[in-house]
Parts: sequence; C-alpha cells; structure tokens
Amino acid sequence: MMTGAADPQAQSATLQVVKVRIGSETFALDAGMVREIIDPIPTTRVAGARSHLDRIVNVRGNVVPLADIRERFGMKPEAATPDTRFVVIEIGIAGDPVIVALVADKVFEVTEVETSTAQQVPKVGTSWKPEYIKSIVKLGDEFVILPEIERILN
Amino acid sequence: MTTLNPVDVFRMEADELLACLETTLLDLGEKPQDRALIDTAFRALHTIKGSGAMFGFERVAAFTHDFETAFDLVRQGRVAASVDLVNVALSAKDYIRQLIDDPDGAEPIFGQAILDELGTLVGRATGRAEAAPESAEGPVPERAAEPAPREAAGRETGWRIGLAFAPEVLRNGTNPLALLDDLRDLGPCEVVARLDAVPDLAALDPGALAIGWDVTLRAAVAREAIEDVFLFVQDEMTLSLAQLGGEADAPAPAPAEPAPAQEPVAAAAPVVVPLAPQAASAPPAPPGARAGARRSEERSASTVRVEAERLDELMDRVGELVIAQARLSQLAGLHADAGIKSVAEEIERLSARLRDTTMSIRMVPIGALFGRFRRLVHDLSRDLGKPVEFVTEGEDTELDKTVIERLADPLVHLIRNAIDHGIEDPARRAGSGKGATGRITLSAEHAGAQVRVSVRDDGAGLDAARIRAKAEEKGLVTPGAALSDQQIYQFLFAPGFSTAATISALSGRGVGMDVVKKTIEGLRGTIDITTAPGAGTTVTLRLPLTLAIIEGLLIRVGEGRYVVPLSAVEECVELPEGDRAGRGRDFLNIRGALVPFLRLRALFEAGGEPDPYQKVIIVSVGETRVGLLVDQIIGNHQTVIKSLSKLHADVATFSGATILGDGTAALIIDVGRLVSGGQAEMPREYQEVA
Repeated sequence: MMTGAADPQAQSATLQVVKVRIGSETFALDAGMVREIIDPIPTTRVAGARSHLDRIVNVRGNVVPLADIRERFGMKPEAATPDTRFVVIEIGIAGDPVIVALVADKVFEVTEVETSTAQQVPKVGTSWKPEYIKSIVKLGDEFVILPEIERILN
Repeated sequence: MTTLNPVDVFRMEADELLACLETTLLDLGEKPQDRALIDTAFRALHTIKGSGAMFGFERVAAFTHDFETAFDLVRQGRVAASVDLVNVALSAKDYIRQLIDDPDGAEPIFGQAILDELGTLVGRATGRAEAAPESAEGPVPERAAEPAPREAAGRETGWRIGLAFAPEVLRNGTNPLALLDDLRDLGPCEVVARLDAVPDLAALDPGALAIGWDVTLRAAVAREAIEDVFLFVQDEMTLSLAQLGGEADAPAPAPAEPAPAQEPVAAAAPVVVPLAPQAASAPPAPPGARAGARRSEERSASTVRVEAERLDELMDRVGELVIAQARLSQLAGLHADAGIKSVAEEIERLSARLRDTTMSIRMVPIGALFGRFRRLVHDLSRDLGKPVEFVTEGEDTELDKTVIERLADPLVHLIRNAIDHGIEDPARRAGSGKGATGRITLSAEHAGAQVRVSVRDDGAGLDAARIRAKAEEKGLVTPGAALSDQQIYQFLFAPGFSTAATISALSGRGVGMDVVKKTIEGLRGTIDITTAPGAGTTVTLRLPLTLAIIEGLLIRVGEGRYVVPLSAVEECVELPEGDRAGRGRDFLNIRGALVPFLRLRALFEAGGEPDPYQKVIIVSVGETRVGLLVDQIIGNHQTVIKSLSKLHADVATFSGATILGDGTAALIIDVGRLVSGGQAEMPREYQEVA
C-alpha cells in the first residue's frame, strides 16, 4: 500500500490517491490511509503544542489533532474558504495507528498515479526538506507531491 | 463471535485454579494443620490434571499426576505440611503454569528436579509413618494410626453403601460407572441398581440419571477410603454408609472412629456432609484473597465471564451516549416545547444511570491484586532471610479494572523496597527492641472520589537528612534550600536517584521508584510518603476511582474552555480589584495564607479582552496551594475522558480532552504539571504581564 519510489516492485504499479490542494501546492494522499473527508468543524486550540498541530477537533466522538502542514512547506497560514475540508487520515506513529485530520484547501478527486513516473525531489530549486517528501509524481500535466506524512507531522 | 476455543477455556480455568492453588499453599504455609486447605489444594490439582488430559495438555496432566501423588500423602495425613514442602509445591505450581503457557520453554529436567525434591521431602517424612502397619487403602491420619488397625482387623468386615446421584450429574461429566469401578478396586463388591425412580420410556430423559445403586463392599477398608472415591461428586450426591454387621446407619463407637479431630461432623453423621460447605466454614477467616476467593465461589453461579475488551467498548459507547445526551439537553433548553424538554430530562436521567451501571461493571475488588503479592512477600522474605508477615486490609475496595491492572507494577516495586530496604534484618530489629518478624501492611480504602492504597512497613524509616545530602550531591537541589520533609522524600522518585546510593540500606530505597511515580501520575494519582524514624514508612497512593470519567470544573479562559479536575479544586474566589493588572507579584491573601496564582490567559496565550470580574480557582498540588486565574467559571462538568493523540505527547499542560455539549473538544488541565511548569516559567510570565 505505502508504495515508495525506492521499492523496485512498485515501479510499474499504480497507486490510488486523493488529490488535494494545500496552500499553493497539490498533494496526492495515498487513498489507503484516508478514512473520511469532512466539512470544517469547530476546533479547539491547544496551548503549548507545536504550531502545525496546535488544534484538536471532535471527529465522531474521538478527539484528534488537526494538522496544518502549510508551515512545514514554507507557506503562510490562510483563513478557511468554502472549499476548505478536513481530510481524516490514519498513520502509524511508532507502530500504533494514529488518527489525524489534515486541513486541505480543496479536495479534487480520487485518482490513480503511475508510480513509475515518481521522481526524487530535485536537490536545487526548492527549499522543501527532502525528508518530508516521498516522491514527486506526474499527474496529467502537473507534478504533485506524495508527502511523507509521518515525518511531516512528527 | 462468541465461540470460545476450548483450549482457551482450559487456560482460563487453569489460570484460576493455579491462582487458587497458590493462595491455598501460602495459607497452608501459615496453618499447616488445616485439613480444609489441603483438600482445596488437592481438588485444584485434581481438576487441573483432569482437564489438562482432556484438552491434550499431556505433560501438564503427567506432571500434575506425580505432584498429586506426592501431595496425596499430605492429604492422607501421613506427611505434615511443612514450610519446605510448601516452597517446593509453589515451584511445582509455577512449573505447571509454564507447561501450560509455554510448553517448549519448560525443561523436563526442572520438572523432574521439583518432583525429586518433593519426593525426598515426602519420603523423608513418611519414613516414620511407614512404621505403622500400612493398609493399601489406608488414608489413616497419623494420630489415628493406633485405633485403625484394631478396627481393620476386628469388627469391620465391610460396608453397605447407598448411592443416590442428582439427575444432572451426567451432564456435568460424572461417570457413575467409573465410580463403581473405583469401589470395586477397594474390594469385592455386590452392586444392585435401584430402578424405582426410572420413569416410563415416554418420559425418559436420557441425559438425566435416574438410577441409584446399593453396593455391598466386603473388605476391611476405612470410611475415608470410600468417601475418597466420591470426593469430587459429593456436592451432587447422597452417600450413605453403614458397616456390615452393625445396625444400619448407626455411627460406630466414637473412640473407634478413625476420624481426625478436625472432622467431627463427618465422623458422627452416617450421611457424609458435602465437602464444600465444610471447607467454607472450617477455616478461621484469614484476611486476604481467601475471603474473596470464597465469595466468588459462592457467587459463581450467577456470574458471566465477559471479555475485558467488550467492557471497554461498552464504556466507549456509553461515553458517546452521554455526550450526545448533553447536546440534546442543550438543544432542548433552547426550545419552549415542554414535551421535548421532558423527553430530554428523561434521557438525561437514564443515561446517567446507564453510565453509573457501566462504571460499576468495570469495578473489581482490589483483593485479587493483593493476593498476588503474598507470593512476592513469601519469596522475598525467604531470599533475604527476613521473616515478614504480610497483612492486607480493605480487599473489598473496588476500583476500575484498568487502574487495578496498572497498579500491579508500582506495588511490586513498593513492596520489594519495603522489604529490602525498609525492614531491618532480624539482628537489627532485635537491637531496636522489635520482634524478629517484620510486617508489611497493604491496605486500600475509599476516600471521597479517590482510593487510597498504601504500603506500610514497620522498618527503620527514612532518613531525610541523608536523602537531602544525596539530592544535593546529585545536583537536584541547591544546598541550603528550604524544603519540607515531604519535598525531600519526593527526591526518591527522581530517575536514577537510588542507583548510586546503594551503599546504605536506607538510601537504597528508590529502586524503580521513578517507574512508580510515572505510572501513578499516568493514572492521575499522587504519592505521599510518611515516615517515623525507627517505626517505619508508609507510602500512600491516591488514585481516581476510574480513568474513564472525570468530575471537573468547566472554566473559560479567553475563547477557550477547559476542565479542571474537581479533585484538585479547593475553592474559588474573585480576583481582588488591586490584583487585576499584573504588578509583578501574583499572590493572594487567602484567610491569612499566602497563595500564589498563575494567569492562565498568559499561559495559554488567550486572545480577546479579559473578563472584568476574573476568578481565581485555588487548587492543591501536594502540600502547596496555587491559584489559577480564569475569565469565567462555567460550572461542574462530568464527562468521559478522551486521551490526547500521540502526536501531542509533548504537550504537558493537559492530561486529556473531553467533548462538550456543543460537540467541541475541551482540554483537561493537568494541574500538577501546570503548576510545576508555572514555577519554572514564573519569571517570564511576570515580564509578559508587567
């Protein structure tokens, strides 16, 4: 499921992804880890938490952190728009499943990407931390980011 | 979903039986004469053997059989139960557990060694008893050895035995024919079936036993030998015994009766009294797990075994229901419709009761946990050569099962420390005028919404000056700082505090104590230590009754709402006018006492204008009192605790979150951490505020 570019077996496979826009970038989230996509709900600020995880929300009776990963990619926070959605994902932190809601400025569609088109982040021309990005894949005409969510959040 | 693997059932059953066996053996170590204990242990062994064989645990069955054979000599009274014997029996019990849990890891050589040792102990002790004329069937107690042979040789030529079983014995797995075969093994038998109770074919239930038997046994055997055949079905049958040649059912002359003094009832009555009630009434009730075990036996008929996970799930559902109900009540409050209001109130009442009931299901008596430590104390006392008496109090105190499970480790550390470092060796005890036997008291009691669990020893007590010196040496405190004794004792819980200090027995206390502290804090509990030089130390753990629900004070700071655990709250006061603007010193005069306070608006970086009438909540943290300045006190709030995500492990100020009536999350303030963090941050806060 969690196909990485380094995995030779996955080279020819396709990966189901949810295509979202966060800030000015388009990301492809592995559909296998997406649990649901919800409209924005009231949030509660957590004093003292790291700035990309400074809020919590109530998702069906569970208190989950709301992650805003814009800051991790050097983008400025923005106010919610009618297109804003919370993408609830499940990731593994130290072997345990952890549920997180991700702020997305727009959710486009569920689609497939050819993992064979995956490329590493260019060493020049970007200020992104390479460990935050699994690979960059081509989707139609544009390049989208397959993020390394666990690293970004923790 | 509900199908249970029979092997798992056996494991569960064996688990209980082994626990029962251990308790019984430990009791036996204290009261070697108690026949009822020996019988209980024997029954547990026999059942393990039987079900072990049934479920394919052949090694368990074989080992238990040999164990049982040796132990049988004890049961027959030929060998007295000694401390050594109990120790070997305990290791045999451990070996059985290993055979069940991890058969591959159980080396047969250990089992053989245990059996050999058992054999030696039993054999050595029987050497003397062997001198008495031995009859093959003779379960004759040593003391009665003299009258027995006379009886066997003379009058007693046989027995008339009447057997009447309860109809359902077949369903319970009893095979009466096998019992008859056992009787035949004792001597030549004439068996006549009683068929008068057999119904017509149409009414016949093949699963019910309607046949009784009259057996004439022509052999000089003792009464106990016959009774032993039916040992495990006594509760489900009526056994009548009469000697051949004697008047029917007449009790034999008392002096000739080979019954030991402990069994007057069985000896006098021709109809054998079932063993179970006898066992229950005979022993002088000791404190400890036995009382609990007996009670659970009595109740067993009306209990249901439920997987713990399902209870957790139930609690989650009820928690969600309570939250949904709170929202409903809030919505109903906005409507004028009386009908909706009354339904909302009804649901509020029902869900509160459902919540209480669910909570009570999760509550279990702490006695079972206490029982586990008897073995620990027993082993430590033996290994360290310090005789220790282990006393438990308040075993009936009920606590959430999760709390109980997580208490096990800290208590092991505390008890080990108390015996290892607290209690002096017998020589030193004698020197200070104490009895040679030390005493560890483990007690539990309810105190409001909390439970106090304490471990008390009657050892040498703590030496505050030495602990302080050590703390200064380790740089945990600046020399000369004013500290209360209580604060000094808290150094014992600092990680690694003790490891370098094992030079003296006193300062060695603290092994694993940081683990204790972490676990107890994780349970939202606190630790207090009181000590008196020469008289001993008491470590008291204060714990919430449950982890699932919290009673709190809902407050508002800026836009955010928070919950302060009510257990920490002492009182609420309005902030005096002079203190509204920060003036570099934030403390209040509460009835003459100086109480510092923290401005939560600043700590939580809250936006918006401060409320014109801010309130101070006075909370107690250990011995100190601290105020928390908030904008508004909304009211009491009882709710289900949701733990914070692992991603928020770095957030120390909050212990969890809860969901409010409107569906938003509110954070629960960890008062202890907030205050200890507040102390460090105080200078910065002053600057910000001023």
